[in-house]
Amino acid sequence: MRCVVGIDLGSTTTKAIVLDEHGKIVGQGITNSRSNYEVACAVAREEAVTSTRFSLLERARAAHPDGESVKADMKELQKAFRLELFLEELKELSDTMLRELDRSLTQRALRSVLRPAAEKILERTRDQAPAQFLGDAPRRSDFFRDLASAAFNAGAEEAAKEGSAPFEPLIGLFDRAILQVETRVVKADTSTLLRRAVQRIPAASRDKLDAVVAEASKEPIDEISFTGTGYGRQTLPFPKSAIRSEILCHGRGAHRRFNGTRTVLDIGGQDTKGIQVDDRGVVTSFQMNDRCAAGCGRYLGYIADELGLGLHELGPLAMQHKRVLKVNSTCTVFAGAELRERLSLGQRREDVLAGLHRSIMLRAMSIIARSGGITDEFTFTGGVCKNEMATTMLRQLVAENYGSQITINIDPDSIYMGALGAALFALDDVREGRPAMLPAFVANAANITPPIDLESAAACVTEH
Amino acid sequence: MSENVEKDRSQVRQKQMIANHFERLSRAKEEGKKVVYTFVPGNLTELLGALDLLPVLPEINALQSGMRKKSGGYISAAEKAGHSEDVCTYVKCDVGMLKNGNFGPTGTKLPEPDLLLLSYTGCFTFMKWFEILKQEYKCPIVMLQVPYQSEGEITEEMRQYVAEQIRDVVVPALEQTAGKKLDMERLREQLRWSAKAEDDLVKVWESAKKRPSPIDGYFGGVHYVGPIFSSFRGSEEAALYYKELREEIEERVARGEGAMTPDGPQAKEKYRLVVEGPPNWTSFNDFWRMFSREGATVVASTYTRVGGLYDQGYRHSPDKPFESMADYALGCYTNLNLPSRVNLLEKYIKEYDADGFFINSVKSCNSFSVGQLLMLRELEKRTGKPGGFIESDLVDPRYFGKANIENRVQSYLQMLDARMNRPLVPGEGLPVALPVLGRAP
Repeated sequence: MRCVVGIDLGSTTTKAIVLDEHGKIVGQGITNSRSNYEVACAVAREEAVTSTRFSLLERARAAHPDGESVKADMKELQKAFRLELFLEELKELSDTMLRELDRSLTQRALRSVLRPAAEKILERTRDQAPAQFLGDAPRRSDFFRDLASAAFNAGAEEAAKEGSAPFEPLIGLFDRAILQVETRVVKADTSTLLRRAVQRIPAASRDKLDAVVAEASKEPIDEISFTGTGYGRQTLPFPKSAIRSEILCHGRGAHRRFNGTRTVLDIGGQDTKGIQVDDRGVVTSFQMNDRCAAGCGRYLGYIADELGLGLHELGPLAMQHKRVLKVNSTCTVFAGAELRERLSLGQRREDVLAGLHRSIMLRAMSIIARSGGITDEFTFTGGVCKNEMATTMLRQLVAENYGSQITINIDPDSIYMGALGAALFALDDVREGRPAMLPAFVANAANITPPIDLESAAACVTEH
Repeated sequence: MSENVEKDRSQVRQKQMIANHFERLSRAKEEGKKVVYTFVPGNLTELLGALDLLPVLPEINALQSGMRKKSGGYISAAEKAGHSEDVCTYVKCDVGMLKNGNFGPTGTKLPEPDLLLLSYTGCFTFMKWFEILKQEYKCPIVMLQVPYQSEGEITEEMRQYVAEQIRDVVVPALEQTAGKKLDMERLREQLRWSAKAEDDLVKVWESAKKRPSPIDGYFGGVHYVGPIFSSFRGSEEAALYYKELREEIEERVARGEGAMTPDGPQAKEKYRLVVEGPPNWTSFNDFWRMFSREGATVVASTYTRVGGLYDQGYRHSPDKPFESMADYALGCYTNLNLPSRVNLLEKYIKEYDADGFFINSVKSCNSFSVGQLLMLRELEKRTGKPGGFIESDLVDPRYFGKANIENRVQSYLQMLDARMNRPLVPGEGLPVALPVLGRAP
């Protein structure tokens, strides 16, 4: 299959989209943006390519004479594959952690305590993984770091409580190891993981599934063009000809997803964009937040941290408000202080949170107004659109300011709109006979040197 | 411009003119010359020249300090002295320079003023600025009050009001400072040289109607208007400068050369833009390169018209000295109302065949920035050309976020590109033979 790739390197997450040569989405991948942009791009792309492989599998299944009988198994196979990938990463983490234990001087004294404690947590995480991945319950996050970190935090707390190992060194060990693991690309081979995943499928349908997998695995996935965009655009590890402005990409992606789109609001980690597009999805006007990133996704992240909550818990909590309190929106730090003050005055957390959500959307409305207002249809994209309270406030404000006749489009996958737009530009480039070269990072990602070893670096400083 | 790009003759001449002027200023006191501080828009330079008074223009000093990376320190000094963060940064840069020994942009010491000539046109801050300087220098001040063109035209009453002030208030004050009477014949001579320079400048501006444009009418343009904006209008040397500049541009046209950029002549003119608003001075070349390196040339700008709308027919005239000076002060771009500004921009976009227009909204200057978003929408409606919008400042380096601004300029230019070249609709299939760039596992 010939395909094109678009990557959107955001301040919080990095997204990749794969399109086939007819412009159909065949794969998508996401990862948290790390300290190393190249790795983030490589990981997102790997994920998208893997998901493309599953699209191929699904096509092969549908075409196969026995296809219908393994439909449900195919879904299970995908889950099993994710599980295998997780276990692979967990092994990488485990190896790194044990290596760290051997290498680091300060930990050697604690080694006899830390090693069994770490192994216990790793083992338990490994044991619990199948239930987490193969079951139907939603996972807290799809990112390896989040899952591993949650497991380790809980495990370390427990170890400290029962007195088997001290909390700080154990978590410190994890922190050092995860930093190395997530700035490396896991060298897992897709076909090996697939083979392993098949083994987890009930024996009855395994043979039929195997045949389908073998058939589809033969088809190569050939990338013929590539475009990158995003917050890190200035430092993207791509050639200049392969880079497009994220404004253009978000506009085009949103228009592709919802063809009637004329106005787009994108709230990302650190910028809010109001974008107007024409009937072809070409941007005609845009405005962004200037000089200050209050009211963007990170604002919510900061508030969640202040309250000791997960980002995903904010929306549902705010939805339980009885009234919407008025909160300062001009500065994230002030808003955090105001939040604490109001809580200490006895105001309900839900009501204050509702006010915070409203203030974000008020800022967004001002940026949209500056970009030319809202024209039907209106599409909301970016990480914040997963937050129910945010979308509720937005709907309210749109109705107040532009009437209730405006169609508002929100897609849970809208976080991918920038990457989708980028991939569409990559397709344009192919059609114009000037596809951008495959960036070096894909070839080199496996060889990227691990980050500086903090412990030895610190030792160097003390020695000299 | 970059050191590695060969300078044009006119550029070398201008640099020498500026150096000579500051040199003259540094010797003013010992040579018994009198010094008048005054502003750019609507200035009365010919009168000063005819009376042998030496002008100092604080705005020019501020922008020069900005270009020479000195403004940040000056602004901090002014803020330490009590000026709020919201005060115009030209003012704070000037105050800071004063607090730091009043060394001008070329490093020579500036003489204190013998008179402050407050030719106020379109900017209320000018009044406050000279109030501050009056306190600092304890010198006399004379004000020329110029009515705003609120109805979009100069009426006979307005003209007479200003002309009478020049004759009855300004001239006597200048004569007193100079210690001599105004020689009307010398004034006429100055005005003749002005008109001559103005003729050539208009030809330079309008050369940008050609494709490719031989000049950048904004970033390059601010260099070209230097002498006529500042201390040299009315002098023979300014007229010579503009003659030489015009000839140089004609040569560029003959050679089919594109606009001069910080990296040499523009190789390929991809986009033609009209720009509204003053430039940022602290990162001037960085800002310029954001456009020039993408193939964007500015064909016309309104900022280069704050020192006079010569291309709209205005000329200094030896036949009616005071009336023509009054028309000049009344007619500067900064004295126009919003509808007139929109009309002018619309005219430029159409006459210069621009692909789009761009607004640099500066924090410091409310008289420029107020209404710019409105102007943007109105111009898009009238011309169908897309507008771009960024925010920065004149000389406060804290308000030039390079990454953000570059992001926006590039987004704008890519938007222009996408609108000029329709993207293909997906679903048409691909050419058959294509190199495979990578094969996934």
